[in-house]
Amino acid sequence: MVMTATSTIARNLAGWLLPAALILAWEAASRTGLISDGVMAPPSAVLAAFLRLFASGELVENIGISTLRALTGFAIGGSIGFAFGLANGLSRLSRDLTDTTLQMVRNIPHLALIPLVILWFGIDEEAKLFLVALGVFFPIYVNTLLGIQGVDPQLLEMGRIYGMSKRQLFFRVILPGALPAIFVGLRYALGIMWLTLIVAETIAASSGLGYMAMQAREFLLIDVVILSILIYALLGKLADSFARLLERLTLQWHPAFQPA
Amino acid sequence: MSVIALHPNREQERNRIDAPGTERAAPLPQASPAVPLAFSLSGIGKRFGDKTVLDGIDLDVPEGQFVAVIGKSGCGKSTLLRILAGLDKPTSGTFTIPAGSTPDRRSRIMFQEPRLLPWERIGRNVEVGLTGIAKGEVARDLSLKILDEVGLADRAEEWPSVLSGGQKQRVALARALVAHPFVLALDEPLGALDALTRIEMQQLLERIWQQQNFTAVLVTHDVAEAVALADRVVVIDEGRIALDLPIPLARPRRHGSPDTARLEGQILDRLFGRG
Repeated sequence: MVMTATSTIARNLAGWLLPAALILAWEAASRTGLISDGVMAPPSAVLAAFLRLFASGELVENIGISTLRALTGFAIGGSIGFAFGLANGLSRLSRDLTDTTLQMVRNIPHLALIPLVILWFGIDEEAKLFLVALGVFFPIYVNTLLGIQGVDPQLLEMGRIYGMSKRQLFFRVILPGALPAIFVGLRYALGIMWLTLIVAETIAASSGLGYMAMQAREFLLIDVVILSILIYALLGKLADSFARLLERLTLQWHPAFQPA
Repeated sequence: MSVIALHPNREQERNRIDAPGTERAAPLPQASPAVPLAFSLSGIGKRFGDKTVLDGIDLDVPEGQFVAVIGKSGCGKSTLLRILAGLDKPTSGTFTIPAGSTPDRRSRIMFQEPRLLPWERIGRNVEVGLTGIAKGEVARDLSLKILDEVGLADRAEEWPSVLSGGQKQRVALARALVAHPFVLALDEPLGALDALTRIEMQQLLERIWQQQNFTAVLVTHDVAEAVALADRVVVIDEGRIALDLPIPLARPRRHGSPDTARLEGQILDRLFGRG
């Protein structure tokens, strides 16, 4: 167990080697004047900006606002997408009625709706929530549907032969069978969630990380701009790690998640 | 086994297997008073569209008999088995399960694939066989007991993915037998196993059949397997019974003895139209 624990930590650390090396090279390039201060701030300056904004409370507040927006939008869009995915996976009638419409709407890039959304909601919270929810809806919907449709019909037949009720069939056969695909949708949706929020906050907001970056650009505070970008990257990675943790916990049965 | 003797869906199941438009026959007069019939097929036909798969099958199987059904691919043997297990309805004819001494006449089917739920541990997979019959502590005890019979009691807490093909099929057998079915239908359950595992599984199947006294119907395309296991071999050709041959050999049988070879030859001759 100790061996596996250390090797897991070592494997996780390995992923951070490259970013660490890049940061070192970047700092060196800035110090030697290879990269001018007007193009990129050195990592040390970004760190200083981080400490400054952290101390003033501005950073924490903006991260808090952005995270809340992201998660609220995700919860709304994700739950509607999941509900439609379940309904259309389980009921032919529901699929016949709604799938064509949903597939048509899916082909509109949701960011193309920004002008319309600003007209509807101004730059209030609703605008961001709407865009995030819309962006998150489709990957969750499509993959839930796909997962349910992909459940092994032989297992379904087996469940029926053994007299499982519809409820038992759903919880013991259909849902666990669809779960790997649902997780693919979840991870994809988390990526879209941040992407949408960044764009929305950059274009139309009066608070949040994207707003902070845009303000900094106005005042040519390149260190703050880079800091915002890095924080976005970290938040994205955090969300993905969380999804993978959930995956590991719920898909223990899957050969891909078993210790070799 | 009084816990599992009750089955609420018994009547429904019996109704379901009758072909539409045919009257259910009264319990048949028994061929021999000593051994009552497990089930009786009379004039069973099955068509899918224009294609006639089964064409007038008559078959009486006494309780506790081990019947092997053999035929070339597409001869209708699997369809026959699905009718027996209540998965398909015949287009014509009657399938009768006489009301007999045993109050519970549940039937189970075992497929070529194990069809285990990959996300449930072995023990829970076996408990699927007790759906609607027993749960909780009782189900756990019964499933452990039957897992012990198939030699996998120590694997109850493992995931199906770590088992070999033969072991998975043994779990599927345990799941089919945990509720002590009256009829066990086997659809080429050993077809996907390697030769050595097959022989092991045949011995296991024979031993459990002798202990539990269920009626077994084994569909196979392996003539040696049929002769090794069955009391009676039925050859199906173009939807009809072409040969109904008793196998009066003592058990346990040995692979490759002159007697089995002679019977195998007889069946093969009939299968390829040389007899």
